[in-house]
Amino acid sequence: MTVVSVQKDAEAMTLTFVAEFDAEPERVWELWADPRQLERWWGPPGWPATFERHEFANGGESRYYMSGPEGERAHGWWHIIAVEPKRTLTLDDGFADDNGEPVDADEPTRMAVTLEPIPSGTRMTTVGTFASADQLEKLLAMGMEEGMRLAMGQIDAILAETSGS
Amino acid sequence: MSDAEADRTFHALADATRRDITRRVLQREQSVSSLACRYEMSFAAVQKHVAVLEAASLVTKKRRGREQIVHANLDALRRAARLLDEYEQLWRHRADTMAGILAETGEES
Repeated sequence: MTVVSVQKDAEAMTLTFVAEFDAEPERVWELWADPRQLERWWGPPGWPATFERHEFANGGESRYYMSGPEGERAHGWWHIIAVEPKRTLTLDDGFADDNGEPVDADEPTRMAVTLEPIPSGTRMTTVGTFASADQLEKLLAMGMEEGMRLAMGQIDAILAETSGS
Repeated sequence: MSDAEADRTFHALADATRRDITRRVLQREQSVSSLACRYEMSFAAVQKHVAVLEAASLVTKKRRGREQIVHANLDALRRAARLLDEYEQLWRHRADTMAGILAETGEES
């Protein structure tokens, strides 16, 4: 995996993240489409996700929670705006209450994902757009403090796993 | 900066005209009347946009003679930039984890 570029626009509150993977777009698409694979990478470090609902189609709804280091749960939701299988995905992501229902439906994070085939595999472009700094801070508060230290260990483990293959 | 202040900041920046005003005054301080010449809207409408930016602490206004001069407030924009840095780390982590999962299936096949 190579991170190709990261572009940030502080005024428009967007982040564009481009990475390349040594796998076909069909395979990378499964990481988004299959809830069992999605929940392995979606949560911040130390906050594994569980997707209880995942309607991966135009207009579909997803409900998930992330389990924190103290056993606490942070609930979230997706509203799938558009899916073009193996190519593009647009969704809104936000926080939910303990029953899993949206609490910030008026200010979700918009996420636009594009997969493109390249000779070595797939280029994935993710554009995240935030409605407010408050929302971004809530998102980052999970996993970003104690989580980052944990992440370093996880990344090392994954790199070791990858080079061993 | 409190959460309420942060919300005001990003509400202020959610509008294209206000982002444009911010960009212009970041380049150099300007009077409200010279800003008003740039847009196809009334002086009062531009003044209202500047007031929203001022309430969000993105710009400050000073009176100079008959003119009101608008300055950019860099601290508010720096805070947005810092948050985005942290979000970048989250995506780097996700992409690394995704690569790990992809490598597993590569081993099985």
